[in-house]
Amino acid sequence: MKPSHLFKKVLSGLALALALAASTAALAQNPAQTSGATPTQAQSQPPAPTQPAAPAQTRVGVGGDLVAKGEYLARAGDCVACHTTPEGKLFSGGRAMPTPFGTLYTSNITPDPETGIGKWTADDFYKTMHEGRFPDGGLLYPAMPFTSYTKVTREDSDAIFAYLRTIPPVRQADRPHDLQFPYNNRSLILGWRTLFFSEGTFRPDPKQSDEWNRGAYLVEGLGHCGMCHTAINALGGSSESKAFQGGLIPMQNWYAPSLTSNKEAGLGDWSIKDIADLLKSGVSHRGVVYGPMAEVVYNSLQYLSDEDTRAMAVYLKSLAQGTPPEPAASPLPTTESSLLLSLGKTVYDRQCASCHGAEGKGMPPHYPPLAGNQSIQMGSAVNPIRMVLNGGYPPGTSGNPHPYGMPPFAQSLSDNEIAAVVTYIRTSWGNRGAPVSAADANALRSAPLD
Amino acid sequence: MIIRFKRVLVWLALSAAPLAGAQAQQPEAAPDTMEARVQACTPCHGANGQGTSDPYFPRLAGKPSGYLNNQLLAFRNGRRHYPPMNYLLEFLPPDYLKNMADYFAAQHPPLPAPAVVDASPEVMERGRTLVTQGDYAHEIPACSSCHGPSLTGMEPGIPGLLGLRASYISAQLGAWRYGTRTAIAPDCMQIVAGHLTEDDVRAIAAYLSAQPAPKESSPAAQGSYALPFACGSEPTR
Repeated sequence: MKPSHLFKKVLSGLALALALAASTAALAQNPAQTSGATPTQAQSQPPAPTQPAAPAQTRVGVGGDLVAKGEYLARAGDCVACHTTPEGKLFSGGRAMPTPFGTLYTSNITPDPETGIGKWTADDFYKTMHEGRFPDGGLLYPAMPFTSYTKVTREDSDAIFAYLRTIPPVRQADRPHDLQFPYNNRSLILGWRTLFFSEGTFRPDPKQSDEWNRGAYLVEGLGHCGMCHTAINALGGSSESKAFQGGLIPMQNWYAPSLTSNKEAGLGDWSIKDIADLLKSGVSHRGVVYGPMAEVVYNSLQYLSDEDTRAMAVYLKSLAQGTPPEPAASPLPTTESSLLLSLGKTVYDRQCASCHGAEGKGMPPHYPPLAGNQSIQMGSAVNPIRMVLNGGYPPGTSGNPHPYGMPPFAQSLSDNEIAAVVTYIRTSWGNRGAPVSAADANALRSAPLD
Repeated sequence: MIIRFKRVLVWLALSAAPLAGAQAQQPEAAPDTMEARVQACTPCHGANGQGTSDPYFPRLAGKPSGYLNNQLLAFRNGRRHYPPMNYLLEFLPPDYLKNMADYFAAQHPPLPAPAVVDASPEVMERGRTLVTQGDYAHEIPACSSCHGPSLTGMEPGIPGLLGLRASYISAQLGAWRYGTRTAIAPDCMQIVAGHLTEDDVRAIAAYLSAQPAPKESSPAAQGSYALPFACGSEPTR
């Protein structure tokens, strides 16, 4: 389901890093080189822990505050999205992650000693978060966002671990991954890590405010926003120089917009309140979240404090580089373009205007404005086409418990009508997106919905 | 200088009036109603959940709230698999799904005219037999034994079977047979559908879709009649 995009991005990197990895494979300290094996501590031979479990126990003993803090931070890290199945027991894992290379299954992180992380120490847990290594030294698939979690402080890692120790233990063995050769060879990860993983705790920028630094810590660390919002480069990894510049989420076919360009989701001209509203409630006066971002708000961001969502907003706003949208060069001939627009206006007035208004002003926050909405004008038209095809609900949150749904039009509108109405909203009321074709609309009819 | 300042203030006060007028013409807020919130359902399920001309999308109006809520939860959690529904409901909290179920349960638009069915008298007779009497030799209870003598269902979890089209009914019975549609255990519908042949499914679908609307289409009250066997979707009191 939703978290699978993380794997896809990472695994496409694995494919391309194969050559490099092959030469380094001999160096890999890989406990699970057999096909399909899941390198949990239960299946490999764990060396003696570097420290006994006592320190973790002691920390748990500090009391409810530490556990409460850990629960809060686990929310910020959205652990539940991947480590719990929809009707499964909390954090017992087993969630299928379909990828082009096979299916991965998430692990049991309840404190069951045999099948979960019950024998782990706080050191072990920190090593996983910070280094992307199992207690026995085995390598995690980078689908676990340790490239972001490495920035989490030891103190916060310990709090999350203390919280996980309080979860009811579930005896459920991890399901072996079902990866095809050669992706079942974990030594590939070593090559990938060489290219894309730099270990290190978040370092505050002394030139910025405490609030900005708190936001940066959450966005870059536990929030792991970069997993989607940083474009994949030619090797399928995320380059720091491209941080938060956006990219298509492979396979899932949603576009994670740039957080740095005001042409996309860059938040430079948003108010802090609108950004914070969007993060915490899922709706705002500038737009609403949908697609994979709805999951993030539903499972994670809605639980954060006002102070933390505000800090994230401050940091996110600062990422935007002041680039005003440029006028789009229409790839369509003028005659065709005007026919498209005329059909688009007809469809819009009949199907869309009752909620979004004849002038695209919407009725915010529930019916988002389309005029001036960056999400509609981006270079990639994937998201507006998919919203028209599939509709969608913003997540139900404590700040917006009864969201309004956008109807799906896949059944009732033809490819031509979808292309026309999306072209119309992308180019009307001062919007400066490029027209889309019926073929673009048709291609997204088969985009996965689950 | 002070006079001039006052003049500016007066000008500001005067110019504020038309501004206020302009603001009044800003788009109004979204209507604070369930009807507006479930607009996303209407392209497939029709206004007020009354169904559309598309035979594959069911009517929702007037079905028992408990049944609708079970389906919404099953779609949300992926237990009932239909990607467009799974996608729409994935991030909606259970309390809100209950509100939606209550809303559609409370709608009572008229049932559509029964379908003109292209089925032989023999097929229709087989359908009538299965629906009203069952086939005990093949361990098939009558549909009416759970869905009620007038086939309008029972609160809180058993849906009515009228106002649905043949293709929807046969698609659902097929889904039960093949296990792609499941319910809370004991999953009585899966057991029953497992005993049906494809001809049985066609006959039931043809017969049900051709039935006229009863005078009273509301589901029977909970416990109005005893079920032939335990059903996870219908809690007994």
